[in-house]
Amino acid sequence: MAQPLEKVDRRDAKLALAHLFVAFAALALGGFAGLLQTLVRSGKFELPAGISYYTILTTHGVLLGLVLTTFFIIGFQFAAVSRTTGALSDGSRRLGWIGFWMMTSGTACTAFFILTGQASVLYTFYAPLQAHAGFYIGLALVVVGSWVSGFAMFAHYARWRKTHRGQVSPLLAFMSVTNMVLWLVCSLGVAATVVFQLIPWSLGLTDRVNVLLSRTLFWYFGHPLVYFWLLPAYMVWYAVIPKVIGGKMFSDSLARLAFILFLLFSIPVGFHHQLLEPGISPFWKYVQVVLTFMVIIPSLMTAFAMFATFESYGRSQGATGLFGWLRKLPWSDARFFAPFVGMLFFIPAGTGGIINASHQLNQVVHNTIWVTGHFHLTVATTVVLTFFGASYWLIPHLTGRVMTKAMNRLAIIQTIVWAVGMTFMSGSMHFAGLLGAPRRSAFSTYSNSPQALEWIPYQIAQAVGGTILFIGIILILVIVINLAFFAPKGETEFPVAEAAAPYERAALALENWKLWIGLVVALILIAYTVPIIDIIQNAPPGSKGYKLW
Amino acid sequence: MAKLITAARQTKQEKEPALKGTLASVFLLGFFVIFSWVSVYFLFLHRL
Amino acid sequence: MHIHKYEKIWLTFGIGCLIVFLTVVGVSAFAAGQQPPSCLTTIDPEKVDSTPPFDHPGLVKKGDKEYELNIVVAAFSFTPNAIEIPKGAKVTINVTSKDVIHGFEIPGTNVNMMVEPGYVNSLTTTFDKPGEYTILCNEYCGAGHHMMTARIKVVE
Ligand code: HEM
Ligand SMILES: [Cu+2]
Ligand SMILES: [Cu+2]
Repeated sequence: MAQPLEKVDRRDAKLALAHLFVAFAALALGGFAGLLQTLVRSGKFELPAGISYYTILTTHGVLLGLVLTTFFIIGFQFAAVSRTTGALSDGSRRLGWIGFWMMTSGTACTAFFILTGQASVLYTFYAPLQAHAGFYIGLALVVVGSWVSGFAMFAHYARWRKTHRGQVSPLLAFMSVTNMVLWLVCSLGVAATVVFQLIPWSLGLTDRVNVLLSRTLFWYFGHPLVYFWLLPAYMVWYAVIPKVIGGKMFSDSLARLAFILFLLFSIPVGFHHQLLEPGISPFWKYVQVVLTFMVIIPSLMTAFAMFATFESYGRSQGATGLFGWLRKLPWSDARFFAPFVGMLFFIPAGTGGIINASHQLNQVVHNTIWVTGHFHLTVATTVVLTFFGASYWLIPHLTGRVMTKAMNRLAIIQTIVWAVGMTFMSGSMHFAGLLGAPRRSAFSTYSNSPQALEWIPYQIAQAVGGTILFIGIILILVIVINLAFFAPKGETEFPVAEAAAPYERAALALENWKLWIGLVVALILIAYTVPIIDIIQNAPPGSKGYKLW
Repeated sequence: MAKLITAARQTKQEKEPALKGTLASVFLLGFFVIFSWVSVYFLFLHRL
Repeated sequence: MHIHKYEKIWLTFGIGCLIVFLTVVGVSAFAAGQQPPSCLTTIDPEKVDSTPPFDHPGLVKKGDKEYELNIVVAAFSFTPNAIEIPKGAKVTINVTSKDVIHGFEIPGTNVNMMVEPGYVNSLTTTFDKPGEYTILCNEYCGAGHHMMTARIKVVE
């Protein structure tokens, strides 16, 4: 087998870096918005100059939930694909740049309309709140741009397979392709509502919109969206971390199997975000609840694989006893420490997810600040800390520099600051949510309601956490800028782990894309056909647009 | 015969890496999930 | 595909738990009637004020200790916004929206549902404890979203 290139091609490195820069710029702005939100919600601070809380919140959600994640993921995956399957062809790279500029101009367009107060509709933009058409058009550009980049990756992967017949593709390439297939299939839903419903309606070409259909298409996209965020973190855990600690991957084929299960079961489950909605029968909600529980299984597998990787490594270093292996892990290496803390936070994060998805139990937590606490653990801790940990080798690898000891120490501190800040903020969000405190709401005592007064101490704790987190944002920006522009020149490894056992034949069978895509489509049709026909056939009169902010 | 089979089983088991700590860790995780889920379920029942 | 013996134990246990969770919520939903609010009735959102029962919103007695509470939701208010309910009453709450999407939540209870234009949503609950309850909107609906509130007083 030809040895894959050890370094990302310089031209591909530029493409990846461009994506990472936009991602971290979004983090800077969005993180500041987050700080302001927690301060406002504490009740001790008001935004100056009549700036609306909801303008800030829309900025935060769009920049961090949509822009930071998508740009980082596509940049990381371009690097991963180029590292493991060789430099992109000129055609693929050109597509990558076209995708990048579409996404960047789309982001600029959407951001303009948000910041000028013409689109305070939050990052979920539920109709019939109606933003300026430019907001939707920008978002459509982001999505279509990401497709163009996805096609660049597919073309590259197809070329590799043609020249390596009968071989199992490198794990990182396989995972990147799986994640882009997932993304393509799910983002068709959001593209459909944006392009066919919301853009014509906001331009005045149509005057009414089917609200429930639009929401359903959004959530058909919205749940797999969170897996699109999570899978690159899992890529780092499965395929990079074992090398970072000096061990081996626990099982290559089980990792692939987990990714295929994510592809199959993360899409036909959007109703678990619509459990308390009228117009959808409880039977179909429950069907999707069952499918949602299927998608927990690959995460159970991942938990086992991670512990097994760590334990095997520790034992190979002479660890004894039940937990002696923990002591052998490289705690002072930020490339390991940040993702590891991310993994730990995924335990409460995933648990919260199981609770959210449990059909009528959703009544306890739906639209309370518990949910915000939940996804600040999943995406804003597990995923983001893993991305930070990956940046510590990826950015210097791409810029031809090395991380200094001092920066590594700062990165360890950054991780601890983030973990502490998030424990305060997300912890108090969870408890306040169980008491009923609503999410997406500026400070309010609800006319001195006794319940609402009980939430205030928790909101102050959130502001404390938010302030600590904002220090974490400053630290990561310092590190990233150092790694990109100031760190000493040198060679940094892009770590890619080897499997403990040789490839199994099963791994080859897992590359049967026709089968997987066929199954994905079948599952989607089973979960959605009847309820969508119901929604369309029994539709009430449509809604005209409202600008209530 | 029976002895042979157990012997064969034993060698097979020896080949498997020692993952006691992993088993213990995932079960701790599992108990945390059960505890949290049951707590919220009881909160739901209590509020019925 | 080779799977470690302990991983088999773990997956059996984990999947077993998931099946138990699903069975518990499934049985209590389909057999004990604790389904999440999922009303299928539609309504013209621009004619809410002339469509029964929302033309006369408020509390309606339906039987011994059985009531219907019909509430009209619109930016940024609930109508009516001060309601008295006798203790121990079993109340079916019906809500609908005249404009955008709202939420209907009574903190500290299981009353939590989405209110969407064009649909009636509905949920039944019993008010066993006397005292003041807060109704609030928990889905973003515009600038006054966090001001949207109403009160229920449960009286002996
Ligand atoms: C400085 C760090 C951060 C702070 C202080 C912070 C704070 C907050 C707060 C207080 C809210 C809820 C506001 C409300 O519901 O009224 C919120 C919402 C949100 N945050 Fe963060 N956050 C931070 C970082 C992040 C990161 C890194 C991400 C994503 C990767 C993220 C994604 C989101 C999203 C998607 C929402 C939902 C917005 C919505 O409901 O419309 N946040 N954040
Ligand atoms: Cu979801
Ligand atoms: Cu509201």
